[in-house]
Amino acid sequence: MIIEMKNIRKHFGGLEVLKDISFVVDSGEVVSIIGPSGSGKSTLLRCATFLETIDGGEITYMGERAAYTVEDGKAVYVPHHELRHFRSYCGLVFQQFHLFPHYSVLKNLIDAPVEVQKRSREEAVETAMGLLRKMGIEDKADAYPYQLSGGQQQRVAIARALAMKPEILFFDEPTSALDPELTGEVLKVIRQLADERMTMVVVTHEMPFAKAVSNRVLFMDGGVIVEQGHPLQVFDNPQEDRTKQFLRVFER
Amino acid sequence: MTLITMLTTMSEGMLRTIGIFVLTLVGSLPLGMIVALLRKSRFSVIRLLIRVYISVIRGTPLMLQLLVWYFGPYYLFGWSIRGWRFPALILGFIVNYAAYFAEIYRGGIESIPAGQYEAAEVLGYSKGQTFMRIILPQVIKRIMPSVTNEVITLVKDTSLAFTLAYQEVFSLAKQISASQTSFMPFLIAGIFYFVANYVVAFIMERIEKALDYYK
Repeated sequence: MIIEMKNIRKHFGGLEVLKDISFVVDSGEVVSIIGPSGSGKSTLLRCATFLETIDGGEITYMGERAAYTVEDGKAVYVPHHELRHFRSYCGLVFQQFHLFPHYSVLKNLIDAPVEVQKRSREEAVETAMGLLRKMGIEDKADAYPYQLSGGQQQRVAIARALAMKPEILFFDEPTSALDPELTGEVLKVIRQLADERMTMVVVTHEMPFAKAVSNRVLFMDGGVIVEQGHPLQVFDNPQEDRTKQFLRVFER
Repeated sequence: MTLITMLTTMSEGMLRTIGIFVLTLVGSLPLGMIVALLRKSRFSVIRLLIRVYISVIRGTPLMLQLLVWYFGPYYLFGWSIRGWRFPALILGFIVNYAAYFAEIYRGGIESIPAGQYEAAEVLGYSKGQTFMRIILPQVIKRIMPSVTNEVITLVKDTSLAFTLAYQEVFSLAKQISASQTSFMPFLIAGIFYFVANYVVAFIMERIEKALDYYK
């Protein structure tokens, strides 16, 4: 088990975004999260990667508790310096890439490993070049983000997250900001990572991709997990009306 | 008075003008950053103090501020102000320019998208690392045009030192012109300011070009 989120609650002002959500991701699993916008998918990823703090519930990585709920129902996090250690377990790929524009592609990939993880520069460069090769953009190591297409930028962002050697990689709608002809190249590398048994959680609207690549699909709506299961089951034989209604939109 | 003696006398004033200019930048560029960061402090008292400081500095003439810095210690505390002229002058300039630079920095810092902070946070950068490695370099590039404007204004503002009778190039030009009934000193001072700003603009343009390697 890589991550376990238990009874997660999160609200923004008066709006309850996550209502008592629990889910577990095992090593080597690829989980897709689908659902309408505003259903809490992104917030769930942001809580899992510590960009947002949960109001209640428990987050456990690799059997170590990062946040838990005390008696009065409020969530408590481990101290700041320990949280850094938990952050190293997870990576996040954003919809809008968020590459560092003032760094070359290579520097984007090696800066955090060297400055944060204190790994040697030689090793970081070697790892980074290996990742760029895998992403098919080895020749772009010295380029700057603005010189790349959206698809290439997103592949750099995936490589940047992988350069930290996370146990699990989260994707927040990784192809939603891309032109249709560029989504393919990004989905291809995610599929390739799935074949290598990289543990991943992907929030996506690419239904054929979710169906083909994931071991498990979660359908979220209104801050709860409405239905989950094997992709063939969820897509071809959904049990809940809300799921059927949502999937019908994509069949047209 | 020959042109040569005029130039020699005034060249000392030019050096003093350059002195005010350099010392003001050396003091106010970093101080402005501290002010900009304090403006975002967790403590509301500090935030309030900084806002008051910036609005007072921007709301009153620099000339008046210089007089307050120079004569203030005497009128307020009865202290002797002998030898205080130059320190008061430099303090007045630094405190004034730091407020303007702080506002420029603040605008620059606020223009960096939240995604940059989030990407850095997920990668495990500390707050300090995020600011120094990710945010600040991008801020510097963005604010260069506004900083250039401010630095050019400073070159001309150094002439306000005449209010404290500090013998920089403008004060000397006025004196020599009056005593020699000649227009020449003003012409020399004007050429000096123009050339100084030309050099400033050239250097700033070079820096902007050097930062052009990314968008």
